[in-house]
Amino acid sequence: MFNKDRWQEIFETIKKNKLRTFLSGFTVALGIFIFIILFGLGNGLKNSFKEFFLDDATNLLYIESGKTSKPFKGYKASRRIEFENEDLYDIQKFFSFYLEYITPRITRGAKIKFKNEYGNYTTRGVAPSHQFAEKTIVTNGRYLNDIDIKQKKKVAVIGRLVSRDLFGEEDPIGKFIDIGKTVFKVVGVFKDSGGDNEERFVYIPYTTRQKMEKATKKIGSIIVAFKPEIGNSGALAFEKQLREYLKQKKFIAPSDSKGIFIRNVSDDLKRNQQFASALQVIVTFVGIGTLIAGIIGISNIMVFVVKERTKELGIRKALGASPKSVINMVLQESIFITTISGYVGMFFAVLILKNTGDRLEDYFIKNPYINLSTAFFATIVLILFGAIAGYVPAKRAASIKPIVALRDE
Amino acid sequence: MIQLEDLHKSYKIGNSSLHVLKGINLKIEEGELIAIMGSSGSGKSTLLNIIGMLDLLDTGTYRLDNVEIKNLNETKAAKYRNKFLGFVFQSFNLINYKNAVENVSLPLYYQGIGRQERQHKAMKYLQKFGLGNWSKHLPSELSGGQKQRVAIARAMVTEPKVLLADEPTGALDSKTSQEVMNLIQEINNSGKTILVVTHEEDIAKMCKRIVRLKDGIIVEDKKIKQNLIKSNV
Repeated sequence: MFNKDRWQEIFETIKKNKLRTFLSGFTVALGIFIFIILFGLGNGLKNSFKEFFLDDATNLLYIESGKTSKPFKGYKASRRIEFENEDLYDIQKFFSFYLEYITPRITRGAKIKFKNEYGNYTTRGVAPSHQFAEKTIVTNGRYLNDIDIKQKKKVAVIGRLVSRDLFGEEDPIGKFIDIGKTVFKVVGVFKDSGGDNEERFVYIPYTTRQKMEKATKKIGSIIVAFKPEIGNSGALAFEKQLREYLKQKKFIAPSDSKGIFIRNVSDDLKRNQQFASALQVIVTFVGIGTLIAGIIGISNIMVFVVKERTKELGIRKALGASPKSVINMVLQESIFITTISGYVGMFFAVLILKNTGDRLEDYFIKNPYINLSTAFFATIVLILFGAIAGYVPAKRAASIKPIVALRDE
Repeated sequence: MIQLEDLHKSYKIGNSSLHVLKGINLKIEEGELIAIMGSSGSGKSTLLNIIGMLDLLDTGTYRLDNVEIKNLNETKAAKYRNKFLGFVFQSFNLINYKNAVENVSLPLYYQGIGRQERQHKAMKYLQKFGLGNWSKHLPSELSGGQKQRVAIARAMVTEPKVLLADEPTGALDSKTSQEVMNLIQEINNSGKTILVVTHEEDIAKMCKRIVRLKDGIIVEDKKIKQNLIKSNV
């Protein structure tokens, strides 16, 4: 296969036909370049999407309360429903079969102060298991624990951005901050992949929050995590039973659609996953489209190149070149050019993607990437089609009788 | 050297077929310089193409150096052309991106001869034909006469048994025509068999034998006294 003389002949041809070489090389390089860039950006879009929508645990039911819309059992309509600590224990007791963990959430805005720095943040009074529901990642110190809840300790776990705003470079752990005029000790700092907003929260024990509000037993909303193994249908059944149970407990008419709201994250998840897969389909489609455009481009160039060379190939044949050697020459040349330029295009595209990183985050493109096997595969496909596109006209040119090829125009 | 017996050739044009060669019988000895003459459409170029294995015959026999040429596939024809025949065309047919010496050495490449030797042999022929100083020039930088001499050098570099020239002076003025014919005569004098297709009487008269074709048959075949050109170029 390897023949020094043949390669020398090919190199000479390439060297002396710079425009032709440039055209076919450029087409392939551009094709692969655009393919990788688009595919990478598409993946970046997918990354952002995942981050926005798929960052929390997915086996959750969010239970919120509202006002009733119908009178029931002597109660008037428009009665505000509220949850209490009691409800947490009851749900835990009745639904232990489905339940993985449960946490209340009491959301309050508060002015938070450290020395001279202050700002308005959202505090969440929660139980320790809230960490799993939000997939909170503690980077420093610890999260809330059961002792904090039981002893109603004044401790807080603050978000990365809260820490940055109030403490700057200082280590916040062990420092005391002022939350709504009550002094809390910072025990942990967390980050959250859900974006900046999620990192502006401050978590405190829900019991401490209740104590601050005149020792109330009320809680805002309840987050229930079911066991993942019960599956989507199990989750739906759980949701239904839970709704009935709470309506009965709170004296809400069974037909009343207000009063209690349960949001099933697994439904959201399903919808978001569908959206994500639609995005994947679009990215793939764009990729294939670009690749096809590249293939058509290189095919055109190859047809043109061979057409241009018909006479030369005729001369070569008259001088004793066999049809096989003519085809080989054309193919070897085209494969050589497309391989080199294909990998050049790939190299630059991958380089650009690598350097883009998070710079396009404002445009919802985060960390665009293409896995290398996809890039190689696309490049090989383009080379292969370039070769096929060259082979067909080359074979035809090689089978034209030399007299026809040499006939004066 | 060449024996043709009852050679027929026709081309299909649409539904009808055009009978171009209608039974050609021709015997060419080694060392002859033979002109094939005829008006356009007489079949002279077709005859040359068949002899040159650029085209296939329909019926009849063709012997080259006592070997019958038949059942040629492209690969075999290419090999024979390369080994036994040299071509000179009216429009030179040099490869335009290769310089003179590269053009001349191309047939040797297809014989599988090494680079050094190719270069050496090609230079030898270029020098022999007075083009030593032009070896690195591209065809576009050469005059018509120079181009044709490069083409002749390319045809001769494989030392073929027969040199076939299709209107070699068709694109040249009369002075350069003389030069080229002089070269052809010199090559012939060294013992090479040469066929020249032409429609010009004075070119034909520089050969040793004239074969006239009309409507696909030989109407005249006579040996003449060669009009030798004085080698003053």
